Amino acid sequence: MDNNLSFVRTEMLQGQTPPLGERGAIRWMRINLFATPLDSALTLLAILALAWFLPGMINWLFVNAVWSGPDRSVCSTVAQGGIQPDGWSGACWAYVNANFNQFMYGPYPVDQHWRVNLVAIIFVLLLIPLLIPKAPYKVPNAVVFFFIFPIVAFILLVGGWFGLPYVETSSWGGLLVTLTLSFVGISVSLPLGIVLALGRRSRMPVIKMLCVIFIETIRGIPLITVLFMASYMLPLFLPPGVSFDRFLRALIGVALFASAYMAEVVRGGLQAIPKGQYEGADSLGLGYWQKTGLIVLPQALKLVIPGIVNTFIGLFKDTSLVTVISMFDLLGTVKQHFSDANWISPQTPISGLIFAGFVFWIFCFGMSRYSIFMENRLDTGHKR
Amino acid sequence: MASQDITPVGRDSAKASLLYDPKFRGYIFQAVTVLVIAGLVYWIVNNTIANLQRANLASGFGFLDGRAGFDISSSPYLSYTSDSTFIKALSVGILNTLTVAVVGIITATIIGFIVGIGRLSHNWLIRKLCTVYVEVFRNIPPLLVIFFWYLGVLSVLPQARESIKLPFSTFLNNRGLFFPAPVFGEGAWLAAAGLVAGIVGTFLVRRWAYKRQMATGQQFPVGLTALGLILGLPLLALIVKGFPISFDYPVLGAFNLRGGTLIGPEFMSLYLALSFYTASFIAEIVRAGIRGVGKGQSEASHALGLRAGPTTRLVVVPQAMRIIIPPLTSQYLNLTKNSSLAVAIGYPDLVAVGGTILNQTGRSIEVVAIWMVVYLSISLLTSIFMNWVNAKMALVER
Repeated sequence: MDNNLSFVRTEMLQGQTPPLGERGAIRWMRINLFATPLDSALTLLAILALAWFLPGMINWLFVNAVWSGPDRSVCSTVAQGGIQPDGWSGACWAYVNANFNQFMYGPYPVDQHWRVNLVAIIFVLLLIPLLIPKAPYKVPNAVVFFFIFPIVAFILLVGGWFGLPYVETSSWGGLLVTLTLSFVGISVSLPLGIVLALGRRSRMPVIKMLCVIFIETIRGIPLITVLFMASYMLPLFLPPGVSFDRFLRALIGVALFASAYMAEVVRGGLQAIPKGQYEGADSLGLGYWQKTGLIVLPQALKLVIPGIVNTFIGLFKDTSLVTVISMFDLLGTVKQHFSDANWISPQTPISGLIFAGFVFWIFCFGMSRYSIFMENRLDTGHKR
Repeated sequence: MASQDITPVGRDSAKASLLYDPKFRGYIFQAVTVLVIAGLVYWIVNNTIANLQRANLASGFGFLDGRAGFDISSSPYLSYTSDSTFIKALSVGILNTLTVAVVGIITATIIGFIVGIGRLSHNWLIRKLCTVYVEVFRNIPPLLVIFFWYLGVLSVLPQARESIKLPFSTFLNNRGLFFPAPVFGEGAWLAAAGLVAGIVGTFLVRRWAYKRQMATGQQFPVGLTALGLILGLPLLALIVKGFPISFDYPVLGAFNLRGGTLIGPEFMSLYLALSFYTASFIAEIVRAGIRGVGKGQSEASHALGLRAGPTTRLVVVPQAMRIIIPPLTSQYLNLTKNSSLAVAIGYPDLVAVGGTILNQTGRSIEVVAIWMVVYLSISLLTSIFMNWVNAKMALVER
């Protein structure tokens, strides 16, 4: 007989799976969708709304959509003079497809499109290594990107040199205008904004006052008035006979507008730098520009990267306003072609606008994601 | 003794080179800046005068008394005809700007708060839906959203004959939204007076209840009382006077709708677009504000025995508002400034009316000056108001 009278278990029980309500999909749903009665009601409401909305949207966007076709007839019902059955409703991607070149280049001469493409390729090739933190040669890359590339791009896009035919800016359009305005606006507004922010924090009262007046005036008025000012008043300010390119005028308006906002963002960063940093730089015997350039600005700019990128995104979106002073950026070109007799149909405007919105969205969303990535990378643990 | 030797040398060198004195340098630099700016202004003014003379344009604000000569599609407050003066046209524009700004701000705040709180919900589906909303609208130009409503949705609605019928005798067609217009009969003023009395009464009751709670700790159902006062008093007035309010219902005629009030598609698309666009930014501000309140605060209030509702209402939200209000102010200002996009769809706001005047008379300097003055004043007034609200909300320290 076994002598062991122990009533304590000698071996461990086999682990059991948790009850059905506490594992897997059911647990997840219980916690995330049906935690309280109110939550359940909200979930059901949301599911109902999605069920009502999503199938129709997917149908409209993809299933019923027309992807290619020669003219408006493919996007209109029989009653509207087209070939689709009555009651049909779907996106007219054929319109986007047919006018795609227009949306990208505007009225830029077709045989010269390669110049725009070349600029775009150089731009991407220079930009990508600049954006990847591990890629080498950052400084030469940045110098080429911000100083040599604009000259090359200007020569290529405008022409008139090296046997390239001259293309005046009034025949630019579409995404080309949007991207050019944004690129120039961004690369002008950042340095100008930094200068204005430093001026606003300067101890010299005159400089400070001038910067405050400029920043607060620009920030207090809508961009449209600035653009109107640039396009109607700038010619008045110049000596008679001197005329300004219209594209350049819009560019000046957009850049000045963005720089005022940039100045406030940078000022926020400057104010967040502890006084000890300034005093430390002073005690090392650094002059104003050394102190600012080597100690203060690198820290301040790093702090406000999200704000800077937000200003960039705002500027990119704001370039669409040049439509109002009759220049044709992406949105303007898309809108301009709504009245194209070849493509008038009830589905055309909404399809074109969704396409334009998608393009804008891609760029802005990309910028904001990149800023989050940079923020995490540059986070040196000083954040609370 | 060495130090005595050094000091005079230092003093001497400071005297010798005034150029290295930061103060002196500052003066020089500022003087040069002033001179350059003055020169620039002189040059610009000279050029402008020369240009104006060459183009035979007069200057000054005297032209504002002249006959405008153009029509304005929407003037709900002032009676405006093309014979009215430029000043009247501009006033109509300013009022329209303010209307769309105020209505837009209210709607954007409501949507923004709902979506912002939704992004913090424990409910996965609600959270994701709110995130999608914010990410979509934040990354699209507001002008595109306006065009979307105007060209994409409202202008492809059916004609008046095939109007879409909505509840409460409301009709939607490509001319806009028709809804019943209230017609105030005799004695309706009593209802309005009742409403005012209700609001004032609520205010007084709230003060009394607060004092009593401070003194005795007893609570008073202020919310229910307020509801009773604000709804009950006007209702009572209406019953006493025998319902003097009637409605002018829109009636579907052969070609058009008659009667009722019309909200034009221009106003609707501007209003909807600005509200939806700004709401996405407000949602982010609200989310950041609520997350900015330390976790310890809600834990402490749970520890004190407060439930989730009172915790949010009494502990989290008042503290979150301190973080929310300053950026909220700048969003309100942005919405007001973005209302100038009205010019793109022809809603007669200040910029659109000013643009028409500018094209008609060529007075670009005067019109731009008016724009700047009006927008800067609106910005200033909004800032002052929001700063006052902020001061009321601010942390009261010893």
